[in-house]
Amino acid sequence: MTSQDILSVRNLHTTFTAKRAGRKYKIRAVSDVSFSVRRGEVLGIVGESGSGKTTVGRTIIGLERAEAGDVQLNGKDILSNKNRAARELSLKVRMVFQDPYASLNPRRTVADSVAETGDIHGIFSSRSERERRVAEALTQVGLDPSFGARFPHELSGGQRQRVGIARAILPAPDLIIADEPVSALDVSIQAQVLNLMADLKEQLGLTMMFISHDLGVVAQISDRVAVMYLGNLVEVSDARSLFDDPLHPYTRLLIASVPRIDPALRISGGIEKGEPPSRFAEVRGCPFSDRCPIAADRCLSERPELRQKTAERAVACHFA
Amino acid sequence: MLRVSDLFVAIGSPSAELDVVSSVSFEISRGEVLGLVGESGCGKSMTSLAIMGLLPHPDVWARSGCIELDGVDITHMPPHVRVEKGCGGVAMIFQEPMTSLNPVMRIGDQIMEAVRVHDGTTGAEARSRARELLEMVRIPDAALQLNAYPHELSGGMRQRVMIAIALACRPQLLIADEPTTALDVTVQLQILSLIRELCDELDMGVLFITHDLGVVSQLADRVAVMYSGRIVETGPVGILFEQPVHPYTEGLMSCVPEPSAGHHRLRTIPGQAPKPGEIAEGCAFAPRCSYAQAVCRVGSVPRHSVTAGHEATCNFPLRERATA
Repeated sequence: MTSQDILSVRNLHTTFTAKRAGRKYKIRAVSDVSFSVRRGEVLGIVGESGSGKTTVGRTIIGLERAEAGDVQLNGKDILSNKNRAARELSLKVRMVFQDPYASLNPRRTVADSVAETGDIHGIFSSRSERERRVAEALTQVGLDPSFGARFPHELSGGQRQRVGIARAILPAPDLIIADEPVSALDVSIQAQVLNLMADLKEQLGLTMMFISHDLGVVAQISDRVAVMYLGNLVEVSDARSLFDDPLHPYTRLLIASVPRIDPALRISGGIEKGEPPSRFAEVRGCPFSDRCPIAADRCLSERPELRQKTAERAVACHFA
Repeated sequence: MLRVSDLFVAIGSPSAELDVVSSVSFEISRGEVLGLVGESGCGKSMTSLAIMGLLPHPDVWARSGCIELDGVDITHMPPHVRVEKGCGGVAMIFQEPMTSLNPVMRIGDQIMEAVRVHDGTTGAEARSRARELLEMVRIPDAALQLNAYPHELSGGMRQRVMIAIALACRPQLLIADEPTTALDVTVQLQILSLIRELCDELDMGVLFITHDLGVVSQLADRVAVMYSGRIVETGPVGILFEQPVHPYTEGLMSCVPEPSAGHHRLRTIPGQAPKPGEIAEGCAFAPRCSYAQAVCRVGSVPRHSVTAGHEATCNFPLRERATA
């Protein structure tokens, strides 16, 4: 961990157990994942459903229990030392969720929802300070402070997500984990919220983990990007190089699959490339080996480690 | 083959009705994919339900206009009457295959149910047709998979099963309502590729409804862009995305982040879409439009023909502004 790292995750494992037909299965949602988030940067985490990207975020914030590994925030372990650290953690690491409909209490006013964590931790010294801080947070996300008196059902989807962001930034956190924050929004509203998040990053110097399945969205906001597949980190890179010159075959497939607005790239049929394998089976070699166009014998038996290629790029592939 | 003319769909009660689809007209011929694009609430799904005869009666109804399939007016014909009269050739697939499939029924039985209704065959004959349908949608080991339950299949495979059921009625027209939105991008591409192949092989028309401009630009032959219940621009895919003339189309395209573009400020469309009935007069997009003038807020908006087949409902289509 270097001094510029805010968050450092080392060898993180999160497993779930599932029962099918009377048998218990161990599902490795996050498998030996290591990365760090630097002060003032946005680290994008991309992957398809079941890749473990959401579980990584939830494990860091303590919503899932890590099986093994080490997570440090500003050099302090936040996985063990539960009680005191957990309370402090909810001010220092804040989460923005995908569904602004589900994540706001329908019976509380916007101001109460935004101030909730502050109330719990007693960070407001007076009523007027609470009012001032809530108004400030709402203004920062582009809402008029009068929104504080409204209820979630009176707001549109975009406004609700702005409230979700206001709630996250109010205690001036060290790190924001945004899990698919714009996926439920229409494109025209999505663009507004993305621009807002980019502005807040500049103005407040926010550090963010931005989790999304949408590569376009991630490219727009991220400084660095981590790609996950079946619980494994397969590539970490600065955003520019990742999209210009992806190293891992899975990253290449992912980028090539994004439907761009370009009628010249017509779909003419004949695409059969398989799907992610079942998560119930234990993977021995490379998790991507059965879909990989360049897989060899070695890939079936030996799991590739995440290797540092250059100072800014790491990839987990025997042939990259 | 399909012709929709001046369709209005209303919600509410006849005394207090509100149009959610206004004056929508388009045609689809065999072997052609028409992409219908728009954001939530623009009326694209209501349009498709009207074509299927599945509008949630009596709260939503086709107020006026005409939907013709091969010259037969099917606007007010309920689905079972269509099957009896031999014009049941429209099938539909939805966004979430898991909620459309019966979770306690083997997929073979679910496909055979559709085969029985449309072909009148049963037993081994229906079963072999079901297997044939699974092979058509490229499901490996079709004979074996007939016995699978929906939960045993992946999201992509479930959507293939839905397509197989849709094909059971030998449709002339397939309506696909956001069929790949719930799927991962790599799987999405496979399903889009399958839909394109089937459209060509079976010489079937496809109405493809989506909010994703990228998907439309790569799959459709022609595109219709909807906003607030109306088609604001329509044209061949190459021309429409090359030279959009309606400010909404242009704005929508600039909102989509492109992976290789890196950090740049996205151009946004300010504000949000109006609720049905909120804007009674003039262009519904005027409050959000940077080119809007006084004339846009009154009366009705003319439809301009830009080139053959490329039309826009706008007082100041971009092409004219550029030359003016």
